[in-house]
Amino acid sequence: MMQIEVNNKKIQAEPGEMILTALKRAGIHVPTLCYLEKLPPAGRCRICVVEVEGRKDLVTACSTPVQENMKIKTHSPRVLNTRKKILELLLSNHPDDCLYCVRNGQCDLRQLADEMYIRTRDLPRNVKKGEIDTSSLSIVREPSKCILCGRCVRVCAEIQTVNAIEIMQRGSLAYVGIEDDKGMGESWCINCGQCVVVCPTGALAEKSHVEMVKDALGDPKKYVVVQHAPSISVTLAEEFGFPVGTDVDCLMVAAFRAMGFDRVFDTSFSADLTIMEEGSELVHRLLHGGKLPMMTSCSPGWVKFVEQFYPELTENVSTCKSPQQMMGAIIKSFFSERENIKPEDIFSVSIMPCTAKKFEANRPEMGRNGVSDVDAVLTTRELAELIRLYGIDFKSLKPEEADDPFGQRTTAGKIFGASGGVMEAALRSGYFLVTGKELEDLSIEPVRGLEGIREAKIKVNDLELHVAVTSGLGNARKLMDQVRAGRKDLHFIEIMTCPGGCIAGGGQPRNADFEKFKARAQSLYTIDKNEEIRVSHKNPSIIRLYDEFLGKPLGEKSHKLLHTHYKKRELYN
Amino acid sequence: MISEKKALTRHADVPGMDVIDHYIKDGGYQGLEKALKRVPQDIVEEVKKSFLRGRGGAGFPTGLKWSFLPKEKTKPFYLVCNADEGEPGTFKDRIIMENDPFLLIEGMTITGYAIRADLGFIYIRGEFKWIAEKLEKAIEQAKKKNLLGKNILNSNYCFDIKVMRGAGAYICGEETALLESIEGKRGEPRTKPPFPANVGLYGCPTIVNNVETLACIPFILQHDAETFKLMGSFQAAGTKLYGISGHVNKPGVYEYPMGTNLKDLIQYAAGGVKNSKKLKAVIPGGLSATILKADEIDVNMDFDSCLKKDTMLGSGGIIVMDEDTSIPEVAMTTINFFTHESCGQCAPCREGLAKIQQILKNLLAGNGTANDLKTIDELANIINGSTLCPLGEAGALAVNAMIQKFRPEFESLVN
Repeated sequence: MMQIEVNNKKIQAEPGEMILTALKRAGIHVPTLCYLEKLPPAGRCRICVVEVEGRKDLVTACSTPVQENMKIKTHSPRVLNTRKKILELLLSNHPDDCLYCVRNGQCDLRQLADEMYIRTRDLPRNVKKGEIDTSSLSIVREPSKCILCGRCVRVCAEIQTVNAIEIMQRGSLAYVGIEDDKGMGESWCINCGQCVVVCPTGALAEKSHVEMVKDALGDPKKYVVVQHAPSISVTLAEEFGFPVGTDVDCLMVAAFRAMGFDRVFDTSFSADLTIMEEGSELVHRLLHGGKLPMMTSCSPGWVKFVEQFYPELTENVSTCKSPQQMMGAIIKSFFSERENIKPEDIFSVSIMPCTAKKFEANRPEMGRNGVSDVDAVLTTRELAELIRLYGIDFKSLKPEEADDPFGQRTTAGKIFGASGGVMEAALRSGYFLVTGKELEDLSIEPVRGLEGIREAKIKVNDLELHVAVTSGLGNARKLMDQVRAGRKDLHFIEIMTCPGGCIAGGGQPRNADFEKFKARAQSLYTIDKNEEIRVSHKNPSIIRLYDEFLGKPLGEKSHKLLHTHYKKRELYN
Repeated sequence: MISEKKALTRHADVPGMDVIDHYIKDGGYQGLEKALKRVPQDIVEEVKKSFLRGRGGAGFPTGLKWSFLPKEKTKPFYLVCNADEGEPGTFKDRIIMENDPFLLIEGMTITGYAIRADLGFIYIRGEFKWIAEKLEKAIEQAKKKNLLGKNILNSNYCFDIKVMRGAGAYICGEETALLESIEGKRGEPRTKPPFPANVGLYGCPTIVNNVETLACIPFILQHDAETFKLMGSFQAAGTKLYGISGHVNKPGVYEYPMGTNLKDLIQYAAGGVKNSKKLKAVIPGGLSATILKADEIDVNMDFDSCLKKDTMLGSGGIIVMDEDTSIPEVAMTTINFFTHESCGQCAPCREGLAKIQQILKNLLAGNGTANDLKTIDELANIINGSTLCPLGEAGALAVNAMIQKFRPEFESLVN
């Protein structure tokens, strides 16, 4: 540790760390715009400039390492004036239509304008132009609102290694664009929405399905069914001012009913179903010389990633549909038959932590006879918008339970929401499927965690099952390169598109840092620890579904409804 | 009267300098021969003693820069020659490369030895295609003579040079943007630290030197530090290539002792202002340098003297303007250039320069307001000291100086 002096007070700093890190630890707030946790500093926006004694120029707190006895002023007149002027420059090119903006009320730029005490428009305006790009099924781009902080580009390149968006042109003509100025929907964007989460303005947003859902709820001819993904109940809380990680499952169910949804189902149920099918598929591949390692297929961003960048590995991806699509298929087949409602009269809504799910629901193979299995996908953020639209006072709701038959879940399905959860659930049931016995300790710690690539070996009878788990496509790429180069020891790989898994998905509440991700994941594992049924194969509703309708895992009906296929996807459409 | 001193242009009158035998016959490669008999550290010390300062514009002591390389060598070291000569009003490096390519190659070969480099790059501006080809041919000749490549002159020293052409961006003359460009990325300056001497090209320790700087090295080694120093004036070491352009009778590149008076350079080297007009203003060191009014040109053209007069020697590109020149138009051209060449990475440069451009354009079109000059001044003041690299502040300060020094001309534009 060393000492530095900030605003005439001494604080501690670690050698080699950036000024901003030391300031944060000491609770001294310096505004940032382009800064991103866990990525090297970019120094682009210059909003975090501070004054260092003895230096002619201001320095950026994010990219300047501390030095022993450095004397820093974080809010000197020069600093405040510079920050304000830089922000005024950005605002002078910004459309200023906050009232109509998707980020109304939740905009980093607006917040900063308030913090910098900007009250007048002094600079001549030159509002940026740029057509709204609605070509993607998942993400809408509004270039005129972009302030070129570069966060989206860095997340896409440095974390996801997808490089779908990039800075085009230069100087004041620079803009975030797509190769050949195509639309995002024509690009190799995998729809993960990590760019949307980090965008400080309304330049990037999910393609909204709120209106669609509102219309369906108001249509007396529609039977509106909703499913909610495992992670939603532990992240929605943040939108309504609960502490991070609060599980609001039963309040959310009550909110659905209050808004007029006819049935409320839990995607964690179909996660259990996924485990039955995927676990059986793994056992089948192991016993019958199928393609290994098998890879999970729950995460649609990852699926598109494989189809585009590792087409030779598509056969390794499990043929199981994702839990969203399994639930969708069951609702529009079994449920539709049983309730005697035509599939086209059912409006099937899913609440997802994810923007890629909007793309997935639109894949042509995800439906039958021209009827989609899932009609609308709302992100967690959109669900909060819907709840506010219906004037529901979320905090005063009385808890309610989800509906039968697909509201019943085990905690194995629930932990799908965190990176490693699918693997853990699959191992619990896979072990049982092969040995007929339950694992002694159901908590499989080595596969848990939000970062890096984790590997584990589990003894299943004579076989030592070697598994790997990772999240974030940069990490996935590392693993895939190993597999492509001939690595043979792995049997099963779980991959989630977003770093940390669904709790950190592209559809989740914004302004979350790594600590918040940990709290969200911890909430899922607490649920898992505290409940009775922790293995998918013991879910009574799953057992009943197989008895009454599906027959057995990998059976004929399953094959038709719950499994799918992948194909090589060209980068250039 | 002032007199030329020829260190860099010493072969200028000998034709066919692009043939290696001619270069050797005229004394070429004696510097390298002598250098290889010494240990690398010794050469670094010699260059330090010569007081050679970087000729790209910043004037950083060359020997000192070299000594920032790590002592331990765990990765390859690279030497990069910055030949991206793009500063408006600057055309000195091309003279060296066109007329005397081996001078640069020999300089790089000696420098490579001094800094223990494994490979050298010449990053040359894209428009200099024919010069790049000339350099490549010269490199081939040097290799055939064992003056480049493996075991140069039967020593243990191995060094090769690759020529890379830029794609037309001014910002790639900034050393870290240049490195990004060589790596095949967008030409955007990096945040510093780390500096290239520690983390440079492909993450390896790298020294970036200007063409003219490297071209000084053979002279220093062929003679010695003291002789080089004496080529300069009493306050600054060595010679300088001054590129004089604009309203003068004999525009061109002239080699004079570092620190030669600007007034004399215009009068005697360039033959004075054209058509016997009166002098109005001079930009002394490339477009980034602060403009001087006619009564401010009694300045010695070396780094420190220029700084004392609140301008800079920069690249030594002297732009002379006569009495008929409209400074607001010069300001407009200047801001157009910098706005166009901003990489767009950092907000104050990208948005600030464009805003000054917007205001000036309005002003020149007769739509200005009384407040405009104050706004430009405020913007220039926050761009200065807040940008990621010097481009933004160079543009803003250059234009603001024009406004401050020729204010009535700008004020007359306001209705």
